[in-house]
Amino acid sequence: MLTVDHLSRSILQPVSFSLADGECLAVQGPSGSGKSLLLRAIADLDPHEGTISLDGVACHTIPAPQWRLQVMYLPAEAGWWEDRVDAHFPDWEAACFWVEALQLPTSIRSAAIRTLSTGERQRLALARALVRSPRVLMLDEPTSGLDRTSVSIVESLLLQLLQNGTSLLWVTHDPAQAQRIAQRCLHVQNGHVLETTLRTSVIS
Amino acid sequence: MNHITLDLYDLVLASVLVIFNGCLSFYLQLRLERQLLIATLRMIVQLTLIGFVLKTLFALSSPLWTGLMVLLMVLFAGREIIARQERRLAGLWLYGLGTGCMLLATTVVTLFALTTQIQPDPWYDPRYALPVLGMILGNIMSGISLGLYSLLNGAARERSAIEAQLMLGATRWQATLPVTREALRNALMPIINTMAATGIVSFPGMMTGQILAGADPMEAVKYQMLILFLIAGGTALGSVSAVVGGIYRLTDTRHRLRLERLTNR
Repeated sequence: MLTVDHLSRSILQPVSFSLADGECLAVQGPSGSGKSLLLRAIADLDPHEGTISLDGVACHTIPAPQWRLQVMYLPAEAGWWEDRVDAHFPDWEAACFWVEALQLPTSIRSAAIRTLSTGERQRLALARALVRSPRVLMLDEPTSGLDRTSVSIVESLLLQLLQNGTSLLWVTHDPAQAQRIAQRCLHVQNGHVLETTLRTSVIS
Repeated sequence: MNHITLDLYDLVLASVLVIFNGCLSFYLQLRLERQLLIATLRMIVQLTLIGFVLKTLFALSSPLWTGLMVLLMVLFAGREIIARQERRLAGLWLYGLGTGCMLLATTVVTLFALTTQIQPDPWYDPRYALPVLGMILGNIMSGISLGLYSLLNGAARERSAIEAQLMLGATRWQATLPVTREALRNALMPIINTMAATGIVSFPGMMTGQILAGADPMEAVKYQMLILFLIAGGTALGSVSAVVGGIYRLTDTRHRLRLERLTNR
């Protein structure tokens, strides 16, 4: 279980919540309200106050790279540090399972990143994260650049992950998507984070 | 060694070329006359002063005064490193890092040369120590300056790529490896190019100076090789330490990229 206790940073006001194994928490709120700041702080990518722990082990007590392998953040626009696709995967053979599951051709292996579409890059970034088997996956609008078919592929894959015990924090602007995937919802506005029921959040 | 000395008349005659330069700027409306005049006057005053200073230092042959001169040169070179940067590390970090690494690399390499190869008596003899150090210092300064320029710009430009690696569990050293490699390549390229072109495209200043002063060309060549080896080693030592120090400051112990520590000029 991921526990966030009085987490705060710059514009983000103190927030506490917990996320059980296999649970999905939707994160909603207007652009610039602090959703990404919240996710970045949980991944320990920015300095913050408060405590975050996974199964009782506090983030600051273990090396940050080890923490981020378990509590992984996937931003809306992922970065790439090499020209070729396969250079971003520790083991391409293992990655093929996720690449195929996300309906990408395995021949994409030798493609240059700059030649890929936004949707292909987004799905590859997801595969790149999944191949590392994180316990908690924080997704920042993972389907924003995808067509309807791809959205349902990604959603059903992530629902399978939830059933296998992976926890998800999912930023989405689509209330219907939040309803489909999440059990609870965090609403972020001007740095204030409130836990709301999904239905209330959808209505508001 | 016998060499032809220059008198004031020779210099005045040569300065006609700079006056020609000024006339050219005036007629072509390049608006460089003022800058040219200031640069020429600065060159004359600075070189005359350094001539007097070196003459005095050679006469004193004191380790204290020689050391102070070295320190002064390094402090000025540190300012030059800062002046060449587009982005800076907040506070005194950039100056401290550049100057510290330059002092380290220059001292190590110069001491190595003075105590094991040139071996003057005493080892700190300013007639040998200062010219050797001056040549090494200038090149190490350029290397560190280019390395830091590339690193600081690269880190800002490649932010999303560096953070993507951090998010996937890379350490700060692994995540910054591409920009580190680029910075070190940029720092070391000039000395590699210099070594490749020297003797064919250009005659190095020191070798030419020794030949003009009446030295045997082969002796001058040996000295030049020694200096180039020292510069290559010193530039590597200085730029590696500066780039590693830069990454240390641009990240923290929790392996986060801390670009807020970077300020634009």
